[in-house]
Amino acid sequence: MSQALKISDLTLPKAHKRSIMNIIGWGILLALLAWSWEGADMRPMALIDDAENMSQFAASFFPPDFTEWEMYLEEIIITIQIAIWGTVLAVVMSVPFGILSSENIVPWWICQPTRRLMDAARAINEMVFAMLFVVAVGLGPFAGVLALWIHTTGILAKLFSEAVEAIDPRPVEGIRATGANALHEVIFGVIPQVLPLWISFSLYRFESNVRSATVLGIVGAGGIGMLLWEYIRGFYYAETAAVILMIVATVSLLDMLSQRLRKMVT
Amino acid sequence: MSAISVQALSKTFSGNAKALKEISLTIEEGEMVALIGASGSGKSTLIRHVAGLVSGDRSSGEIRVHGNLIQRSGRIPRKVRQHRRHIGVVFQQFNLIGRLSVLTNVLMGVLGTAPAFRTIFGIFTKSEKRSALQALERVGIESHADKRADKLSGGQQQRAAIARTIVQGARVILADEPIASLDPASSRKVMDNLSRVNRDDNVTVLVSLHQVDYAIQYCPRTIAMRDGQIVFDGASDKLTPAFLQELYGAESVKLTNEEKQRETFAEAEVKPVNTPETPHGLPVGAQAKTVTPETQFVQ
Ligand SMILES: Nc1ncnc2c1ncn2[C@@H]1O[C@H](COP(=O)(O)OP(=O)(O)OP(=O)(O)O)[C@@H](O)[C@H]1O
Ligand SMILES: [Mg+2]
Repeated sequence: MSQALKISDLTLPKAHKRSIMNIIGWGILLALLAWSWEGADMRPMALIDDAENMSQFAASFFPPDFTEWEMYLEEIIITIQIAIWGTVLAVVMSVPFGILSSENIVPWWICQPTRRLMDAARAINEMVFAMLFVVAVGLGPFAGVLALWIHTTGILAKLFSEAVEAIDPRPVEGIRATGANALHEVIFGVIPQVLPLWISFSLYRFESNVRSATVLGIVGAGGIGMLLWEYIRGFYYAETAAVILMIVATVSLLDMLSQRLRKMVT
Repeated sequence: MSAISVQALSKTFSGNAKALKEISLTIEEGEMVALIGASGSGKSTLIRHVAGLVSGDRSSGEIRVHGNLIQRSGRIPRKVRQHRRHIGVVFQQFNLIGRLSVLTNVLMGVLGTAPAFRTIFGIFTKSEKRSALQALERVGIESHADKRADKLSGGQQQRAAIARTIVQGARVILADEPIASLDPASSRKVMDNLSRVNRDDNVTVLVSLHQVDYAIQYCPRTIAMRDGQIVFDGASDKLTPAFLQELYGAESVKLTNEEKQRETFAEAEVKPVNTPETPHGLPVGAQAKTVTPETQFVQ
């Protein structure tokens, strides 16, 4: 009896402290939610009041209208082609930029500016780049490719350089000790170590680029998004439903394929 | 001209730990020298300095390999890349790029001399490949040439690293505990490889070892270190069990595993102190500034 009492005495202060932290944490979360309520125009009652409207809206999507499926397929293929070019160009650029932003390979005065440049490319959403490139090179898929290229380079260069910074330096030193030059060290010492990870990251980015490419068309940068946007704006909901279903099928299929491939390389 | 000359080399790591204290030593061409000492005595640090992979304190003198300046006053000259190709380095482990083939790893030995515009694309000539294969033959693992390097056993990897120094045409091999993680049979093969390269090609070998019996068996001369200083430099057959006990003593206090310590010394004691053929009739330890165990211990 007395022993049990002792143990609970000992654990009490710690448990007490934890519960205070808990209360504070929940308090902060609730305060944030309350603060954001108005700005986010939260009107949960609208869901109930407009229930009839909403169900009518939902019903208008069915049955999906696949009459023009060949055209949808064509646009989906263009979407994938945009993603392929955007990703491959980004991978090619990310190899040098990734290495140039690795602390263990280059001095800080190269590494830091490269990193900031990549941060910028990453911070700006591909849709923003797409709008800019539509102005620069005109409407169409090429603007989409450029947008994906820049944004993805920012992301992949960071992922690539994280892999480079985690390599085992000892075999690289072994190569340095033979009198090899710095480029040799990277080509024979660094890249073989990071290649599986790099491939995996690239495939992963390809998956998300296909998803991004499906909306690029909304700003005129090519692909299925353009069609989707026109159908939604013209209240062609049955066609919209068909397009969305085809996008879902394509994206899931590509995700599966890419996951398979990624398992193979690592 | 000595193969290796080190003058007053000191190294202070950040945190004021003095890893090397005014080390001076000379090793003549064709010698095979063992470097022994307890863990933390500075063996690896010394070897990395001689290889020009790290620089010493500003107060340090010069390090030269075959007369070529590796560093002076703690500065490594830019030209050191050219000189590194005369120095083969074998680390305890992880010398090779695991995902590349054994042959490719051995071919890395030509990077210091072959034209870079070709080698950066991984293009190697027939004769380079032939010499890599021959080197693998010499260390007895030519049948593994096409395997991925990380599929080799530890001992085979070490031998591949030695093959790389052969392809490199290194005049000096620095081996940092090349057998520390190996079983006795593999250890013997690696040491035999080093010994043969030393004897047949007149390559100077400086090898750090944990096992004193290997030092005595394979190396006519031994340099012993403690706390960053050389406390013995002379013929390996002059090493006394009492000295060795002292040398590793500081460590055995920290380790509670006295049994293991005693075992090591017992081995050193019973092994007949046989110096193998002295390479090229070099006066073994002739120039050695011998610090006798006696003088060392009264401090
Ligand atoms: N990079 C480093 N930074 C700080 N201290 C270091 C570094 N490398 C080595 N040291 C210190 O220098 C001393 C000598 O280390 P060194 O690795 O040369 O010993 P060693 O004789 O090779 O030991 P071992 O037999 O365990 O390999 C040790 O006290 C070690 O802690
Ligand atoms: Mg060491």
